[in-house]
Amino acid sequence: MKFRPLFTLVVFVLTLFGFSMQSAHAGEKITIAAAADLKFALDEIVVLFNKTHPADRAETIYGSSGKFQTQIRQGAPFDLYFSADIAYPRALKEEGFTASEVQPYAVGRIVLWSTSRDAARMTLANLADPAIRKIAIANPKHAPYGKRAEEALKASGMWAKVEAKLVYGENVAQAAQFVQTGNAQAGIVALSLALSPELAKQGSYALIPDKLHQPLEQGFIVTRRAVDNPLAQAFARFMVSGEARAIMSRYGFVLPGKVE
Amino acid sequence: MDSAFSSADLSAIWLTFKLAAVVTVILLLVGTPIAWWLARTRSWWKGPVGAVVALPIVLPPTVIGFYLLVAMGPSGPLGQLTQSLGIGLLPFTFAGLVIASVFYSMPFVVQPLQNAFEAIPERALETAATLRASARDTFFSVVLPLAKPGFLTASVLGFAHTVGEFGVVLMIGGNIPDKTRVVSVQIYDHVEAMEYASAHWLSAGMVVFAFVVLLALYTLNPTGRRK
Repeated sequence: MKFRPLFTLVVFVLTLFGFSMQSAHAGEKITIAAAADLKFALDEIVVLFNKTHPADRAETIYGSSGKFQTQIRQGAPFDLYFSADIAYPRALKEEGFTASEVQPYAVGRIVLWSTSRDAARMTLANLADPAIRKIAIANPKHAPYGKRAEEALKASGMWAKVEAKLVYGENVAQAAQFVQTGNAQAGIVALSLALSPELAKQGSYALIPDKLHQPLEQGFIVTRRAVDNPLAQAFARFMVSGEARAIMSRYGFVLPGKVE
Repeated sequence: MDSAFSSADLSAIWLTFKLAAVVTVILLLVGTPIAWWLARTRSWWKGPVGAVVALPIVLPPTVIGFYLLVAMGPSGPLGQLTQSLGIGLLPFTFAGLVIASVFYSMPFVVQPLQNAFEAIPERALETAATLRASARDTFFSVVLPLAKPGFLTASVLGFAHTVGEFGVVLMIGGNIPDKTRVVSVQIYDHVEAMEYASAHWLSAGMVVFAFVVLLALYTLNPTGRRK
């Protein structure tokens, strides 16, 4: 028989499609879009959740809250959306993109963080030090942690002194990464990142007084596409369980219904 | 009516053109000897050097961005060099973007030049030599005119590819107005902040720019069968 390369190629490509369409197991699957500050805390929660639901699978994608909001409007395949700013899921709720109430799950905190100096002894005033040449924050234009960092710098009267030294991460995790690689000497990042095992051993932090900025009230929703997905509802319930709350508070989140 | 471009957009456009112009000039200066060597050498090193030059075509920009961020950082080799020279650190600076773009756009300049040099018949160079032309003379009076279309293609592609850069800039730029916030990053920010009208203006501008540049290139420099 004559070898037919085109035919072989078509069969090969179709086979690949077949593999990718095939679901790995019979259980449910959910995809969670989450703000970058949740990277480590939510990873732990998801591991725990997957253990209690061995037949199913929850997956997470991290990025900036604003981007996910846009993507959900455009029909992105996310079943739950955890935003660092509760205003984003509220807007989605009003526009009919949700299958649940907007649930506040935490209040975030910002910290001054550094790997090259002892940030625990620093305040925002120290950022004027000429030895600190670059200061990383998340982009205030669309990242909630960046907005709060900008507010805190303005409220403390430091903005004019540090504005020329600011570099902007696409989200708060990239801001932390600019500091981690030593390219910025200090940064204003999420407490939850500074407390993560990865970063805690590399740097030190000082809490920024929360009276300097609007609260980082965070909320999540189940999206409209997951309205009939029981696993998405199960994950939403799991978030308010004692186990999940314990993990969240270990990462420095202030939990709803709990006065500090 | 509001003007189509905000002042932040205009400064991003100006910065992008400045970056692309600087990078193109550097690449022509650096790329020409590399391309000449690649075109003429019989050394065993031709393969490996050619492959290294072509790497950015294949590699994701994130790989280049990540390694440059680490290499230009305080404990990286480039970072230690720049610090000992008293320049400081390169990430988040215009100079840092220039260096990253030189790497990133290198193949788009070297490869057209190399092709042009390879097409120059050996006889033309030998004739120049028998006329006792110096190497410099030969380059300016023989090589340069014969390789002119190659230089045009190289300049246009080097410039345009630098304008189109995004991933590397996002990773090492830090989004600083007038220093590292180029048009592609500005568009990304507009989209993230749901300023679609502004994103449209800049994006449509990029489409027109890219089309005009390529059209000019193909018109001035027709490839294929010549009449």
